[in-house]
Amino acid sequence: MTRSHRDLAESAEFRALVARRWRLSLVLSALLFLLYYGYIVLIATGRAFLSRRIGEATTIGIPIGAAVIVAAWGLTAIYVVWANRHYDAEVARLRSGSPPDPRP
Amino acid sequence: MHTTLGTPTLSAVLFFLIIVALTLALTWWAARRTRSTSEFYAAGRSISPMQNGLALAGDYMSAASFLGIAGLVALRGYDGMIYATGWLVGWPALIFLVAEPLRNLGKFTFADVVAFRLRQAPVRVASAFGGILTLLFYVLAQMVGAGNLIKLMFGLPYEWAVVTVGAVMLLYVLFGGMIATTWVQIIKAILLLFGVTLLTVLVLSRFSFSPGTLYSAVAARYGQAALEPGGLVSDPIDTISLGLALMLGLLGLPHILMRFYTVPDARAARTSVLYATGFIGYFYLIIPIVGFGASALVGRELIRGIDAGGNMAAPLVAELLGGTPFLGFIAAVAFATILAVVAGLTLAGASALSHDIFLHTVRNGAATEAEQMRIARIATVGFGAIAVVLGMLFKGQNVAYMVGLAFAVAASANFPPLLLSIVWRRFTTAGAVASIAAGATLSLLLIVISPTIWVDLMHRPAAIFPLRNPAIVSMPAAFLCGLVASWLTREPAAEAKFDDERLRTYLGIGAE
Repeated sequence: MTRSHRDLAESAEFRALVARRWRLSLVLSALLFLLYYGYIVLIATGRAFLSRRIGEATTIGIPIGAAVIVAAWGLTAIYVVWANRHYDAEVARLRSGSPPDPRP
Repeated sequence: MHTTLGTPTLSAVLFFLIIVALTLALTWWAARRTRSTSEFYAAGRSISPMQNGLALAGDYMSAASFLGIAGLVALRGYDGMIYATGWLVGWPALIFLVAEPLRNLGKFTFADVVAFRLRQAPVRVASAFGGILTLLFYVLAQMVGAGNLIKLMFGLPYEWAVVTVGAVMLLYVLFGGMIATTWVQIIKAILLLFGVTLLTVLVLSRFSFSPGTLYSAVAARYGQAALEPGGLVSDPIDTISLGLALMLGLLGLPHILMRFYTVPDARAARTSVLYATGFIGYFYLIIPIVGFGASALVGRELIRGIDAGGNMAAPLVAELLGGTPFLGFIAAVAFATILAVVAGLTLAGASALSHDIFLHTVRNGAATEAEQMRIARIATVGFGAIAVVLGMLFKGQNVAYMVGLAFAVAASANFPPLLLSIVWRRFTTAGAVASIAAGATLSLLLIVISPTIWVDLMHRPAAIFPLRNPAIVSMPAAFLCGLVASWLTREPAAEAKFDDERLRTYLGIGAE
């Protein structure tokens, strides 16, 4: 490991970037767990609620099930949009101040 | 209703031959671009995010999920929908936890990541063991499913179906490597999404394009209970355990993880997951409509009469609404789906055997490109032959639990060491081997003494372990073994490399 690589690895900016990345992904993972297991617990304990009709025969359970799928995709989208906009920009900035790749 | 299911109709054979001819032409094209190991295993890292998104979706949307979930919804109503949501939730977790580090740290296999800082031989052998075990259960379920489904749809004898799948997919992998396998997945994903969309539109067209009217028709025929949760979640702990296996098992499936090496960088890997999650989510959103449509239009009695598990619900409703040609198209797409999934599994198995075991364990990382390619092709034929033999041996067995088992082993043996190696400086070789060994043995042992095998297959009166899916016990146990074994040993060389690993993980410095 070259001297400047060690500086970069130990720099406050790099550490802050990594911490920010994990904070977001752990919060999103927690939301995903809540979403999915919330749904499972609702099925196990709230059968009467999910069977409530919102149309002639349509139960509220149907849009809720669909919403779980859409929300899971939404969480993915939040992460990807954040990373494409902010994370990559920060990576480019840190890399330009770092020495070139050790790769030939 | 009269059905031609089970007889090889002209349209089914024609669509099937068109798909096979198209994919083989593609393989011929890909073969000329497959000379180096990077092209064979990783398509030269030239796949775009959209293409990889489709290929990931293609790898994941198996015939079992298409035919199985439609059948479950047709026969059991709302409970089938619950099942569908469980299959999607792994994808967000995949991007939050492992996809980008995996892309930056590895070369061809997930073992590249686990072994990044650790001693090569023991970690490679252990990771390859966990990976191959997962792939074997997965491929076994696919092969037996293939034999049964093709027999039901085309009337082809079981053995012929298994051998045909084995032979055609070997052509893809052997000659076209990852480039051909990826394009086969893309074609199959597009055909499957198109077929299911068309089926959904045709179903809704019978109900003046209103899902509410469809649900009313289902309720009129089978009662309001078809639209309410039934008995699927009778044991919450077991459901949580299955959910854990489905969610985190995805993060340990070697053939899915391998796809991230086919894109140029971490940004492309990340974006491809967004596409894949979109395609798969859309697929699971519309499949219940096909299932409910089959229930209202074809009727549960007929669906159950042809296949007790309901697998023929989607083909039957396709025939009712679009006639024999549409049934032929759906049957051919289901066949192509099986081919593509088995090809992906075989390539992943071959890479574990040749890249992890041969190159990094037997040869200590020193072998020429030509030698590696030769071994990769031998390993491909070997894994393909094993898949066919397993398919033959398990003829007539109920293997539905095998996919659940593959996810449980992946979540317990592959995911813990992968995550620990990415985030934990103090992780050691002993920790990696211990977590893989514990995860693999525990998940296998617990499933044998669970109701799934102990009661259903071996007909003992009561199970020793109460849960059908072991992940809730075996995965935490694997993490614990990884932590304890790492605390008991020290590996200064691995700790020293952690800063370099972090630069590569998060900034892509030095990534291939």
